[in-house]
Amino acid sequence: MNKLYIFLKYFFIVVWTVFVVAPFLWALTTSFKDFQSVNGGVTYIPWVDFEPNLEGWKVLIKSPAKGGVDIIEPYFNSLFVTCTASLISIILGTLSAYALSRYTFKAGFVKNNDITFFFISQRIMPPIVLSIPFFLFLSSINLLDSLTGLIVVYIVLLMPIAVWIMVDFFNKVPREIDETALIDGCNPYQAFLKVVLPNSIPGLIVAGMFCIIFGWIDFFFAFILTFTEVQLLPVKIVALNSSVTPWWSLSASALVSVAPLIIVAFIVERYLSKGNLSGAIK
Amino acid sequence: MDLVANNLSYKPDDQYHLNEVSFNFKEGNLYTILGRTLSGKTTLLKTIAGLLTPDSGEIKFDGKNFLKIPVWERNVAMVYQQFINYPHLNVFENIAFPLKQRKIDQSIIKEKVMDALKSVGLLGYENRKIQELSGGQQQRVSLARSLVKNAKILLLDEPLVNLDYKLREQLREEFKNLFSKGLADETILIYSTTDPRETMELNGEVIVLDEGKVLQVGPAKEIFENPNSLKVAEISNDPPMNIIEAKILDNHIRFEGIDVEAPQHLSKLTEDGLKIGLRSSDIELGENGHEFEVELAEISGSETLLHLKRGDTKIIVSIEEVLNFKIHDKVKINFKIDRAYAFHADGKLASSPFGGLNG
Repeated sequence: MNKLYIFLKYFFIVVWTVFVVAPFLWALTTSFKDFQSVNGGVTYIPWVDFEPNLEGWKVLIKSPAKGGVDIIEPYFNSLFVTCTASLISIILGTLSAYALSRYTFKAGFVKNNDITFFFISQRIMPPIVLSIPFFLFLSSINLLDSLTGLIVVYIVLLMPIAVWIMVDFFNKVPREIDETALIDGCNPYQAFLKVVLPNSIPGLIVAGMFCIIFGWIDFFFAFILTFTEVQLLPVKIVALNSSVTPWWSLSASALVSVAPLIIVAFIVERYLSKGNLSGAIK
Repeated sequence: MDLVANNLSYKPDDQYHLNEVSFNFKEGNLYTILGRTLSGKTTLLKTIAGLLTPDSGEIKFDGKNFLKIPVWERNVAMVYQQFINYPHLNVFENIAFPLKQRKIDQSIIKEKVMDALKSVGLLGYENRKIQELSGGQQQRVSLARSLVKNAKILLLDEPLVNLDYKLREQLREEFKNLFSKGLADETILIYSTTDPRETMELNGEVIVLDEGKVLQVGPAKEIFENPNSLKVAEISNDPPMNIIEAKILDNHIRFEGIDVEAPQHLSKLTEDGLKIGLRSSDIELGENGHEFEVELAEISGSETLLHLKRGDTKIIVSIEEVLNFKIHDKVKINFKIDRAYAFHADGKLASSPFGGLNG
């Protein structure tokens, strides 16, 4: 029974690992192939099945004038927009979540839960519904096709995630902890910063991770709200496509674009496995 | 520096949490707030701490309006019934937290924290994480944190209730020692509890609270000997005092076909609707006693609690030994009737064996 259990456990781990890793390996090998090796039947192993070359990668950094697509600038644009929007969303979202968790708001029939739901309802709507208002809004304040405009829109999209996660998290932190901090001589801001926040780091990390993921992978709004001045990575990658699908440079760009998320995932995993999440509050 | 409250009321929903509560706490004294759960004890302590603002009434400390001062400037300390500490800090940092907040010199902080750790018996634990401690140790940490501040008002909200029996006994003993020698003369100590035994052992001034209302104020002995009403008698006894509807006629107490001679302090009471109160410990098993039927027998610690019934009268008897009874067994009991209380129909004390309101 026990042996069967161990066997099944490792069996599924191996199957799942193959399932997860295979696409990456496939993309990695493909990125070093040329037209011949991609279209001339299935090939797997470099130098044996095909002759690797760096053309796929070079296209990504060559200027358009030389027939490349230069993703360096969009890459940093994407990093900048995602990080800034996530950071602001986390700060604003955490503050609103704390208020929603600790204070009672009432405006007619609107109460705390309704406000929390209002935030998350922004994410329930299909993005297409929001696209026209966003477009008109940004154009009226002259922020279309700009990094600032994108940051504003992304904050609207990401902050609900932060609020939603953090309200739930703060509700689990006993109020008595805040009260004790007040009694021990903290004013309400100090109580929040010195006591509640340090005990909410796991929640902040989870919220931050979701914000970064959703910000980084967004194609739709980046596509609609920018034209020529500013471009984000997902839009640029799609622009790679032409009459002949360049699988090699698409693979290379896919790997480059997924890299930050993998780094984030490793950092988060490190942090959460330290045991900070469990038993924080007894 | 006295802490004086006048007519504090707090009614957040349709029930009073505090109802016209007034008190006058003098420095250097221990006050015990005795009341059942939801009687408003925590609300009262939180109001004193400043975490709640009463709807009406005033609190004055040292002659100043206390309600105008925010919590963080009140210099009070509070220990909760849940073991509340800062989970992100270790034991030393937890206790040092209120001192750091006052920007006190590092070396003085260290000295004071070590003193506090010593007085709660946790020396050597300063680098432990809070989560690694047992419940009793966690509660000691929060006690140390409240002691280290040298607060003028120290609030303890049922600090022992979430501990197991043995730890509770042990900590209670330590608390008593701490209170009697370890506290500065100007500290006002306010301790809330549901446990009458704890109240008697702490032996301070007792405030009996029920449904947000102060029922009686007095020294523990006085509350125990002369509860001014049925409610107080119930709250200040565990198990609650037995209440028997009886008639006193011709110097005899009669109920359920039982007829006992009335003791002197009850002999003059003849009114209708009189209620006789008798502690469960003032009833004993006896060969030629009155017959009752066992409804339930529970063994708690080294004593047996018998729930008995005769006609419509139900009583609880506590016996200082472990005995086995079956349900529906018949037992014979005698009343130590000279220890009986009498209450008027409206619940007010009519006569007590200790001389309260004789006659």
